[in-house]
Amino acid sequence: MTEKFEPRIVAFFCNWCTYTAADLAGVSRLKYAPNVSVIRVMCSGRVDPQFVLDAFARGADGVLLGGCHPGDCHYAEGNYKTLRRMRMLERMLKAMGIHDGRFRLEWISGAEGEKVRTVINEMTEKVRALGPLDLPGKTLEWDKELKELEAHVNQSAPKEEAVHAR
Amino acid sequence: MKYQYFPGCSLKGMGKAYEESFLAVSRALGVEVKELEDWNCCGATAYMSVDETKSYALAGRNLAIAERNAGDVIAPCSACYLVLNKTMNGLKEHTELNRKVTGALKSAGLDYKGTAKVRHPLDVLVNDVGLEKIKKHVKAPLSGMKFAAYYGCQVVRPYATFDDQDEPVTMDKLIAAAGAECVTWPLKTRCCGGSLTGTVPEAGLRLAYIILKEAKKRGAQAIVTPCPLCQFNLDGYQDQIAAKYERIDMPVLYFTQVLGLAMGLSASELGIKRGIISAEAVLAGR
Amino acid sequence: MSDNKNKQADLPRVGFYICHCGSNIAGTIDVVEVSKYVSGLPGVAVSREYKYMCSDPGQEMIAQDIKDHKLERLVVAACSPNLHEETFRKAAAKGGLNPFFFQMVNIREHASWVHTDKGAATQKAMDLARAAVARVRHHQSLEKKRVPVDPNVLVVGGGIAGIHAALTLANAGKKVTLVEREATIGGHMALFDKTFPTLDCAACILTPKMSAVKSHPNIKLWTYSEVEKVEGYVGNYKVKVKRKPRYVNEDLCVGCMECIDACVFKEAKFPDKFNQGLGKRKPVYIDFPQATPKVVLLDPQTCIQLKTGKCKKSCAEVCDRKAFDFEQKEKFEEIQVGAIVLATGFKAYDAKRDHQYGYGRYPGVYTALEIERLVNASGPTSGEVVLRDGKKPKAVGIVHCVGSRDAKSNKWCSRVCCMYSLKLAHLIKEHSDAEVYNFYIDMRTPGKGYEEFYDKLLSEGVHFIRGRVSDVTDWAVTPEEEGRLVMRVEDTLAGFVRRIPVDMVVLSTGLEPQHDAQEVRRRFNIGCGSEGFFQERHPKLAPVNTFTDGIYIAGACQAPRDIPDTVAQAGAAAAEALALIDAGFVELEPNTSHVIEDECSGCKSCIPLCPYSAISFEENKKKAIINEVLCKGCGVCAAACPSGSIRQNLFEDDEIFSEIEGVLAK
Repeated sequence: MTEKFEPRIVAFFCNWCTYTAADLAGVSRLKYAPNVSVIRVMCSGRVDPQFVLDAFARGADGVLLGGCHPGDCHYAEGNYKTLRRMRMLERMLKAMGIHDGRFRLEWISGAEGEKVRTVINEMTEKVRALGPLDLPGKTLEWDKELKELEAHVNQSAPKEEAVHAR
Repeated sequence: MKYQYFPGCSLKGMGKAYEESFLAVSRALGVEVKELEDWNCCGATAYMSVDETKSYALAGRNLAIAERNAGDVIAPCSACYLVLNKTMNGLKEHTELNRKVTGALKSAGLDYKGTAKVRHPLDVLVNDVGLEKIKKHVKAPLSGMKFAAYYGCQVVRPYATFDDQDEPVTMDKLIAAAGAECVTWPLKTRCCGGSLTGTVPEAGLRLAYIILKEAKKRGAQAIVTPCPLCQFNLDGYQDQIAAKYERIDMPVLYFTQVLGLAMGLSASELGIKRGIISAEAVLAGR
Repeated sequence: MSDNKNKQADLPRVGFYICHCGSNIAGTIDVVEVSKYVSGLPGVAVSREYKYMCSDPGQEMIAQDIKDHKLERLVVAACSPNLHEETFRKAAAKGGLNPFFFQMVNIREHASWVHTDKGAATQKAMDLARAAVARVRHHQSLEKKRVPVDPNVLVVGGGIAGIHAALTLANAGKKVTLVEREATIGGHMALFDKTFPTLDCAACILTPKMSAVKSHPNIKLWTYSEVEKVEGYVGNYKVKVKRKPRYVNEDLCVGCMECIDACVFKEAKFPDKFNQGLGKRKPVYIDFPQATPKVVLLDPQTCIQLKTGKCKKSCAEVCDRKAFDFEQKEKFEEIQVGAIVLATGFKAYDAKRDHQYGYGRYPGVYTALEIERLVNASGPTSGEVVLRDGKKPKAVGIVHCVGSRDAKSNKWCSRVCCMYSLKLAHLIKEHSDAEVYNFYIDMRTPGKGYEEFYDKLLSEGVHFIRGRVSDVTDWAVTPEEEGRLVMRVEDTLAGFVRRIPVDMVVLSTGLEPQHDAQEVRRRFNIGCGSEGFFQERHPKLAPVNTFTDGIYIAGACQAPRDIPDTVAQAGAAAAEALALIDAGFVELEPNTSHVIEDECSGCKSCIPLCPYSAISFEENKKKAIINEVLCKGCGVCAAACPSGSIRQNLFEDDEIFSEIEGVLAK
């Protein structure tokens, strides 16, 4: 229990800008927190909101999405679609109790290795301060509560036959 | 146009003439200026080097009060302007510092989020009020007068927010709007010797002498400045400079005084007589 | 255990390979530990670590393992896929595996190089490896699509880089269109008098190449033109070019220039842009005598006929070729090309931005480009070094690093300024009796014969003062300084501040990206680095390639560089374009999307999302259909499809979900 909490963050980086920027950060030997694992997609527009939800559901404490700056998308306008979807997703996440910077969308161009470092470090710190999200654990808990409730309802409510028998 | 006004120690003390003229000009232009309530020391330059964090907290308190009231805060004194700006930027850039300072502010029931902006009267007059409006208020243009616009270091360095670091022009524009002429000279932002006059007088006096001499050589009748420290340093030591180098006799005015005169405000309203080197002879000639 | 085995038997057999990359990876990540860990993952038949996986023996080992162990999937944990994905795909193919049954794990750029904690970096490598192993199971067998390459080439920019690239390509028999924004080709090099370190005259080596461009049967030269729009993809670009009106028919004008003499303006009175404003020109003009094409043009800002329609038009009257056309309008032309070479050059730093040096305030302060014209025999003073008031300077100060190596403006070294400052010092000495001072921070002379040139200058009596000039003013404190410019500098070798009075100051301005570099890079869909120069695909191994296939960069649009390097790079860009064209076809990454017809509900959500209009609606079937040729593989439609019926090859939902699951599994 005394072990320090290390957040696990899943990142989706577009191939042309943010993934390249992360490569550049590597080539420049910039040092940053090891808490983020990157999944490559061709365009941030490929990121289905379900990917983000799935990551949270499977235990991610944070999800980072990186794309080209507005106007600079390799596919002309994929990042605008990302923005639209993610704005909506943010509202949904909030309703689910996932907010406060656990999800972050950033525009990082292929030249901004430095920005990869700052964003990852900032986000890691932020999520670390928030503590574990542990959605899988919570889901189990909720399931358990539901089952108990169900059992309770089943026990205390008079059985249909019994009512009829009266 | 409504602003809050942070006088700092200078404008209540040796820079009294600056306060008087700044408030008079603002009134005449219809700029509403309200003194920030319960303000404290800006945490100025010297304290910065003694205890940086506390100095930031001191300045931060002023910003927090300003933010509570909403609206930009005008800091006419260059040192206040610099320190408040430095605090604004410092708290934005350094998360650790921000944590300490906002923590301290919280214990006093205050909070600073960074929305209150620090402004300089030069910026407000040129960019908010506008030269056109000012020109309309000029009733007694200072035609034929020649001034040396001297900005000093702190208004433009390191935060050149509204003017160029090396070749500022806002005050030149205001002086031109007042109907007077500005000498072209390269010493606009050169050190006045201010901080040195008290500690290493021979160095400080030499620097002040350079400014005064060059202004005179270029035909300026007076030096015009936005900085209380520059004003005092250039104005107050001219006897000592005369003893050491030569007598210059150069009045040093605030730009708000020059603007006020052109707008037809009286010399007493503008604190003209507070200067050590009298400007009366020069101004009589207009 | 037996249950686990059975499970494994259903899974495709995966081979996992982790690279040490010398100590680049193994120095931070415990590769043996990772390999051991992965060998225990379900489905993994082979797990190995090796010093250099990309080397021949490394690839050979993989190919052999595929055969020996009947591997069905391949995962390599090494560097970025941008570097070696192709290498390992080939290794897979060599072993008889479809190259797309492969997934690469980036544990160098994304882990070992950016983390210091060995434990955490090793853990991250394990997470990423596990994700890849989970993902690769879902991979499909795919084929690369071949498309033919148009053999024609577009070269943008007619400076020495564009000229050299165009000539190289044309000599190889390719049809080249060279588009230049200005009225003549030649670029910055045409402004120079002599070139360092050999001091051969720029015109003597440049103008023959310019006329070779003009007369080459394979080159179509479009000056005074700009690229408006670029569509298509590697091997098949459609380019729209705007041709601005010169008001003179280019095919008729022979460049006799009699119209210039005949102009109603008897005296030239308008600033001459080519001569950096130091000379004057008339509304009808030609930039310089060797301008290519040698065709006059009219300046609509100053020509009376174009401004008011009321002029005697004496220029047109005197033209016996009847070349004038005051009604000429801009027109647009479209061309098809397979490859594009961008050689759009640089912009000189605007010296006015450094107020402390007084450019624009003191007439005695010049930029280096102005001095280039001043010392040029065909320049506004016929090579005489005189001040704007006609007086001869007694002392000249050259300020290095203006707009370079400066936190306030540009951080980079512009690479050419030390050398051209030395050259200008030499030329000023040659053309006048002035004392010449060079104010430098460091003297940078890396190039063949460059240091020797510096040595030569030292012996010519030029003064060298090490220190960045703090300001240039007319603030005189001694009688000797009166009426002159005073340069203040800390002489860092002597250790004190000096005041040096001079009559002429030369600001050695640095090289910046063109003012419209950002618009241009968007038009061509390439990137810019943080300083604004065009971004190369790899700084060392692909210096003239961009992230967009078929588009190459050469010269100072990529970074500041001198003429020898520019020409070398232009040749390299031409060679890359030739390699593409002569292959005859390109293979496209098969990451396109397709619709699973049975699952498509016909909602049409995807259709407006596609930036390439690759999706259409089949009315009779009421289904969406994706044109594979137009699809560029962004996957935006796949993410949007409500029924999940659009699949993107290489990025299928199954693949990404298993990657997420894999990376988070513990």
